Amino acid sequence: MGINWDWQDAAGVFPLLLEAFVTKTLVLTVVGSLIAAALGLVWAVALRELPTPVSKVLAWVLDVIRMTPLPLQAFFLYYVFVQLDVMTIAFIVLGVHYSTYMAESYRAGIESIRKGQWEAATALSLPKSRTWRAVIVPQALRATLPSLGNWAIAMFKDTPFLIVIGVAEMVTSAREYGGENFTYVEAFTIAGLIFLAASYPTAVLMRRLEKRLAY
Amino acid sequence: MPTDNPTGGPADGSTSGDAPRIVFQDVVKKFGDTVVLNGLNFTVAKGERVTLIGPSGSGKTTILRLLMTLEHLTGGYIYVDGDPLTFEERNGKRVERKPKDVARVRRRIGMVFQQFNLFPNMNVLENITEAPIHVLGRSKDEAEARARELLEQVGLGDKADAHPTQLSGGQQQRVAIARALAMDPEILLLDEVTSALDPELVGEVLGVLREVAKNTDITMLIVTHEMQFAQEVSNRVLMFDHGRIIEEAAPDVMFSNPTEPRTREFLQAVL
Ligand SMILES: Nc1ncnc2c1ncn2[C@@H]1O[C@H](COP(=O)(O)OP(=O)(O)O)[C@@H](O)[C@H]1O
Ligand SMILES: [Mg+2]
Repeated sequence: MGINWDWQDAAGVFPLLLEAFVTKTLVLTVVGSLIAAALGLVWAVALRELPTPVSKVLAWVLDVIRMTPLPLQAFFLYYVFVQLDVMTIAFIVLGVHYSTYMAESYRAGIESIRKGQWEAATALSLPKSRTWRAVIVPQALRATLPSLGNWAIAMFKDTPFLIVIGVAEMVTSAREYGGENFTYVEAFTIAGLIFLAASYPTAVLMRRLEKRLAY
Repeated sequence: MPTDNPTGGPADGSTSGDAPRIVFQDVVKKFGDTVVLNGLNFTVAKGERVTLIGPSGSGKTTILRLLMTLEHLTGGYIYVDGDPLTFEERNGKRVERKPKDVARVRRRIGMVFQQFNLFPNMNVLENITEAPIHVLGRSKDEAEARARELLEQVGLGDKADAHPTQLSGGQQQRVAIARALAMDPEILLLDEVTSALDPELVGEVLGVLREVAKNTDITMLIVTHEMQFAQEVSNRVLMFDHGRIIEEAAPDVMFSNPTEPRTREFLQAVL
């Protein structure tokens, strides 16, 4: 290898990075994904159920959020809600930002449901809310879940951007550690491997889930 | 309602014992510029079984879908037991009814579709109990007991826990019939319920429907190409062409000795 690799440095940085990974990156991704998945569903249903003018405004707001960068949104919230701690802001930013993507996925999932399902629900006099809860959402979730998983992985890879508001997740920790100990290569390699070790099985799991969920 | 109330129902619009089960009054249905029904009138008595026949595109499905409130009524009125379904006449004006009023009347109507439309995310029992529990407010135990009873009646007593996708088309359609019956409908709409089935599965579904016809007094509106079945179960046959009733007769008359050349032509083509 043309670069020096020090196993001792690697071993030294590993626990530190693992801790940052678990307490920051993973927590951010899991909480952010749950918020995004819940909000995304709310948006998707609202876009269909709200009166047209209101739903148009909502669609426009979602477009704006989707088309502005995540770090910018993080900054914005950080200065607007100075009293909130940065992890809370990070959860909100990740959750809201990715909810706009997930809403699109849900929309496609909802649209993929055959018209006959809605009609059967009407023929049984199911109220609208019950039709959503018992018939449409469960089916849409199945169709949407693989796509939601992909957005969660994308979110996972976006967490380093949160350094703009001072959230030192794993990549930031690696940079700090590397800078202090002149072991950048080890620190970043380990960080990369941890990312890979977490996201690859997740992707495989999602694909399996996708197969199992098919009717 | 005005005094020339054609439904015979009481003026307050509440359910009347003597009102016909179904009244179509000057019903107009347009899809964009296409006029499908242009002032259709007919009445169905309580407990009557009426078969709708006619060439493809003559408006049979549209009539059932209007009754099931799956289509918007462009003009005219539909009454169920004297109650206006989606529109009512108030002070000489045609006004749309409130969703909750529509729901109250719609609850008396059930429908079985050509494509079954079972809920694939629920098992057979859940398909049947969903509406009784969440619409009629039945207890889970009560709804399940009734569902199992109905499954026995349609010959699927052992399929309560099965998934719709594990069933043949004929079995799915029988579950769909049980699901509709679980709501204790006064009116059952059947739109070509055997048309999507392999020929060897048609018999089992028609058999179930014969039993329903024999053992209940549910009013039935049937669209079918199974003329033998229509002759057995119906009291009356309406022949449609271009959204109009061109002939109306008892089944034995209609199928053996129709008056209209158009009916003869149609029956020759399908029989
Ligand atoms: N959703 C729709 N949009 C436009 N036209 C429709 C729609 N549904 C039915 N039609 C038209 O209405 C007419 C009657 O259709 P339908 O009631 O399905 O006839 P039938 O069941 O007798 O074959 C046909 O000309 C059909 O093309
Ligand atoms: Mg039809």
